[in-house]
Amino acid sequence: MNWLGPEEWTAVALSLQVSFWATLVSLPFGVLAAHALARWTFPGKQLLNGIVHLPLVLPPVVTGYILLLAFGMHGPVGGFLSEAGIVFAFRWTGAALAAGVMAFPLMVRAIRLSIEAVDPKLEQASATLGASPLWVFLTVTLPMALPGIIAGAILAFAKAMGEFGATITFVSNIPGQTRTIPSAIYAFLQVPGGEGPAIRLVLVSVAVAMAALLLSEVIGRRVAARVGGR
Amino acid sequence: MLEIAVRHAFHGFSLDVAFDAPPGVTVLFGRSGSGKTTIVNAVAGLLTPDAGRIVLGKRTLFDSERRIGLPPHRRRLGYIFQEGRLFPHLTVRQNLRYGAWFAPGSSPSDGIDRVVDLLGIGHLLDRRPGALSGGEKQRVAIGRALLASPGLVLADEPLASLDEAHKAEILPYFERLRDETSVPILYVSHSASEVARLATTVVALEAGQVIRQGSAADILGDPAILPTGAREAGAILTAKVSVHHPDGLTELDAGGTPMFLPRIAQPPGSAVRIRIAAHDVILARARPQGLSALNILSGTVREVRTGEGPGAIVALDTDAGRLLARVTRRSADTLGLSAGAAVHAVIKAVSIAPADIGSGFPDA
Repeated sequence: MNWLGPEEWTAVALSLQVSFWATLVSLPFGVLAAHALARWTFPGKQLLNGIVHLPLVLPPVVTGYILLLAFGMHGPVGGFLSEAGIVFAFRWTGAALAAGVMAFPLMVRAIRLSIEAVDPKLEQASATLGASPLWVFLTVTLPMALPGIIAGAILAFAKAMGEFGATITFVSNIPGQTRTIPSAIYAFLQVPGGEGPAIRLVLVSVAVAMAALLLSEVIGRRVAARVGGR
Repeated sequence: MLEIAVRHAFHGFSLDVAFDAPPGVTVLFGRSGSGKTTIVNAVAGLLTPDAGRIVLGKRTLFDSERRIGLPPHRRRLGYIFQEGRLFPHLTVRQNLRYGAWFAPGSSPSDGIDRVVDLLGIGHLLDRRPGALSGGEKQRVAIGRALLASPGLVLADEPLASLDEAHKAEILPYFERLRDETSVPILYVSHSASEVARLATTVVALEAGQVIRQGSAADILGDPAILPTGAREAGAILTAKVSVHHPDGLTELDAGGTPMFLPRIAQPPGSAVRIRIAAHDVILARARPQGLSALNILSGTVREVRTGEGPGAIVALDTDAGRLLARVTRRSADTLGLSAGAAVHAVIKAVSIAPADIGSGFPDA
C-alpha cells in the first residue's frame, strides 16, 4: 500500500476505525428503536420517530453544532461524561459519535422494514409455546429480521465512512485524531498540489463503498436463504 | 376440565358463550364466522375478551371481574394453528424442542422420541419447514404443540388447509392423541367428518352463540342442528368389527344389526364410529327385496324437518342408532313419513367413505 502516503494511510485507517465503532455501538440502539417503532404502541411514538429521523433532514452542520453544544467539554452531557473519563470533543470518539448519529436514521429504517416483515403470527405462535416477549424477540423476531439488520449495519457503515459535515463541525479536522477520509480530501484540496492524494483517497472511498455494498448483498442473500427455511 | 364464559364484541359481531369442555376432544362446530376461532384465541390469550372467565382445571387463565389475565406464554397451552406457523429459520428438531425449552421441569429427550414416533416424523428432523409438504408441516406443528407439555391442546381447523389425502394422513394422529394422552383438546372444525371421528363432546355454535352441546351422536343426529347445512348432514353409528370377509367386505355389529362396509383396517373386536351421510340413505316403507344394497336397517321415524327448499331431513331411530336421511318433500309426502311411521333405511356399503370411519373410540 505504498502508493498511499503516511498521511493518507492514517486517514483511511482512522475512517475504518471510526465507522466500525460507530456502527457497532449504534447497532443495539438501532435494533431497539426499530423494534419500538415497528411493534410497540406507546405515547410519544411519533416524537421518537421524528427524533430518530432528525439527522437525516437537518443540515449536517446543524447536527454537528448540536453535538458540540451537548457533548463538548462544557456541554451538559460532555461535561458530565468527561468527569467519568469519557471525552468526545476533538477526539476520534467524537468523530465516531457524529458518524453514528448521522448514520442512525438509515440503519433504523432498514431494520424497521425487516422487523415489520416478520409475520406477527409467528411471534404469537412463539408466545403460545411459552416464550416471554423478550424471548419471542430473541428467538423469532431477531433471527428472522437478520438480513435487514445486516443490511442496515452495512449501510450505516458506508454512511459513516462518508460523514463530513457533522464531523468537521463537532470535532474539527485534526490529523490522526479526527481527519477521516472526507476531511482529508477536503484538506488536500485546500493546498496547492493536493489533487494527487485527494484522487487516491477518492479511489479508496469508492472501493470501500463498493465492497460494503457487495458484502451486504452476499451476506443478505445467504441469511435470507437460511431464514427462508431451505 | 376447561370452563369458558366469554363475551366479546367487535366489528358488528358479538360473541357470548358459556360452556364446559370435559376431558377428551371438545369440537367447536359451526360455519365460518360463528366465533370458533375467537373462542380459541381468547383461551390462548391472543385476544382479550370484553368480559368473562376462563378456567383450566384449578388455574384461572382469565377473569375480567378479578382482573386476571395471564399472558399467552404463561398459560401453558399447545396451539396448533390452521397454517402450521412453524418457525422457518429453525430445523424440524429445533421447532419441536422450542416449547420444551420454556416448559420448566419437562424432559424433552424421552418425550421427543415418543412424539416423533407417534407422528412418524423421524426422517424429517434435520430439515427446515420450507422443505416439507403441507401434511408433514402440520404433523410437525402438532408435535411442537404437544412437546410444550401443555395442559390443554388448542387446534384451530388444523386440517382446513390440507387436501383430502393429507387430511386422511393426519386424522389418525388426532385419534391417537385423544386415545393415548390425557391432555384435553379443544378442536375447531366445520367438517362433520372430523366431528364424527374425533369428538367426545360437540359444542355447536351459530352467530356467536352456543346453540347446543352434547355428544357427537346427539349433535350430528339432530336435524334441528345443521351448522353446515342440510347438504352436510349425517348421523353417527357406533359399531364393533365382527369379521373381515374374504370377498373384501368387513362385517360390523351395530347394536345387534349386521352391517357391511368395504374392508377397513381395524381388527375384529375393535370399536368404530361411522358417519352415514344423510344423502346416502334411501327410505322404504316395505322391506325392499332383490336390492343390491347390502345394508337395510329397520326403524321408526322420529321427526321430519322441512325447510324452504324441496328437501326434507328425516330422523329415524334404528336398532343401530339414530340415522338421518335426506329425501325430497315429495317423497316424504308420498310415503306418508311422519313421526312414528315404520321405515327401512337402505345404505349402500360402498357409499361409506373411509374418511367417515373413525377408530379406537373409548366410549363406543
